[in-house]
Amino acid sequence: MGKTSKRRRLAQRLFLNKFFEYLFLTAILLSISVLLILVGDVLRKGLGSLDWSFITSMPSSRPERAGILPALLGTLWVIGLTAIISIPVGVGTAIYLEEYANKRSWFFRIMNINIGNLAGVPSIVYGILGLTVFVQLLKIGPTILAGALTLSLLILPVIIVSSVEAIKAVPSSVKEGSYALGVSRWRTITGVILPMALPGILTGSILALSRAMGEAAPLIMVGAVGFVTFLPDGILDRYTLLPMLIYNWTSRPQDAFAQIAAAGIIVMMILLLITNITAILLRHKTQNRVE
Amino acid sequence: MTNKIKVEHLDFYYGNFQALKDINMDIHQNKITALIGPSGCGKSTFIKTMNRMFDLIDGTKATGSISFDGTELLDKNLDVVQLRKRIGMVFQKPNPFPKSIEENVLYGVKRHGDVPKSEWDELVKTSLKKASLWTEVEHKLNQSAFSLSGGQQQRLCIARALATKPEVLLMDEPTSALDPIATAKIEELLEELKKEYTVIIVTHSMQQAARISDYTGFFLNGELIEFGLTKTVFSNPTDKRTEDYITGRFG
Repeated sequence: MGKTSKRRRLAQRLFLNKFFEYLFLTAILLSISVLLILVGDVLRKGLGSLDWSFITSMPSSRPERAGILPALLGTLWVIGLTAIISIPVGVGTAIYLEEYANKRSWFFRIMNINIGNLAGVPSIVYGILGLTVFVQLLKIGPTILAGALTLSLLILPVIIVSSVEAIKAVPSSVKEGSYALGVSRWRTITGVILPMALPGILTGSILALSRAMGEAAPLIMVGAVGFVTFLPDGILDRYTLLPMLIYNWTSRPQDAFAQIAAAGIIVMMILLLITNITAILLRHKTQNRVE
Repeated sequence: MTNKIKVEHLDFYYGNFQALKDINMDIHQNKITALIGPSGCGKSTFIKTMNRMFDLIDGTKATGSISFDGTELLDKNLDVVQLRKRIGMVFQKPNPFPKSIEENVLYGVKRHGDVPKSEWDELVKTSLKKASLWTEVEHKLNQSAFSLSGGQQQRLCIARALATKPEVLLMDEPTSALDPIATAKIEELLEELKKEYTVIIVTHSMQQAARISDYTGFFLNGELIEFGLTKTVFSNPTDKRTEDYITGRFG
């Protein structure tokens, strides 16, 4: 093998190295630019209509007077209730699966496979389930509670899976250390496992909630309304949500409605941004406490 | 000389694999018993039977008898919480909790709820003193345990085990992750500890076993090949395999 051929192979490797670097850079730039175009378009259309009265007014058939207040409150009610229902149930399930269940049992294996699968079920299917079980069978009706229960089912698999991962990541040496001191299983869970898994659990849960915030399809099934002119003040009230209202507006022919729909999207994006920042801050704070 | 723990015909299984075969051993009170042998010979498994840590692993089974001051440790109905308070354990790698130094020492006590709050400060002090860590940490009890060096962390783990007032200390290669100076400190500490506690220590290092222990057991493939006074085992082993291992012919 001559010196020149060695040098050529080196040059080839270096070239391939650069080639793939730029290929992957292009991939990320592509997706980011699509996102930027979308956000830019929404901002251009919507910023003009976005002011305080837009947030504090009722929807109206006249776009210049229309606001989003019932939808904003509806979203906050539904998502708040969803959090209250889904986080305890999800974290509880994860604790059971990781710390109590016999991992060799059939029950455990079937549960594990199914929870993974449930995360992939289309959200509209949860809507149908919610309609059958909560709205009709349990006679809850098309209320905030039914909506929140449906969304809880939808995001439970995600919360369970991320909580299980967070609990798994707690080093077994630390668990053993606690058990070896004669500390019971439950006190080991509250004493070291949950505090160490908390950052992961919180991040997973909040990201799941922000996914729920953008859902419209399953809520159409369980009776969220596109257009309401009253404010919800209890979990058994009827309601509308931001995605529903935006959907309603975008399906109207007038240009003015497209503009206020864009303004609605901006509000939703701000809401999502706030939730995700909260997730990051909480993660940071709990992690600092742990380390 | 009294027997603290008496092991008779102990067999242990991980699923279908038999990890311990017909072990018989007397653990003497206020002595250091060292367990040596090559990796995978069953010595760590053996000490884990004494505080029932194997309960945490699905599919394990122990038969035979381990009698601790007359209490049968393999009894299915035994309260393992009480047992593990009386038989403490220190692990191979220091495993402090992600809490302050003080919280680490009080971790067990707080969760057992059997020591009044007014005695906590004193307990932290005496436990850390017994683990000869007090002078190094007395001004930073509220700092994270992770701010300590590896050797200090291991002594903190010893203090943590001592705080629940055990009678026996199980140590699973407690110095294997430490440097020679930190190791020497722990060995010195063991000399002190045996005045109050019965110590069973698994070690990879024959020199360590020879230096610190009163009794030595040699394990091979799940069997206890030889057990007796450390002096005798090292200077005049009765079994050829023990001699081969000690003289470094294998292992």
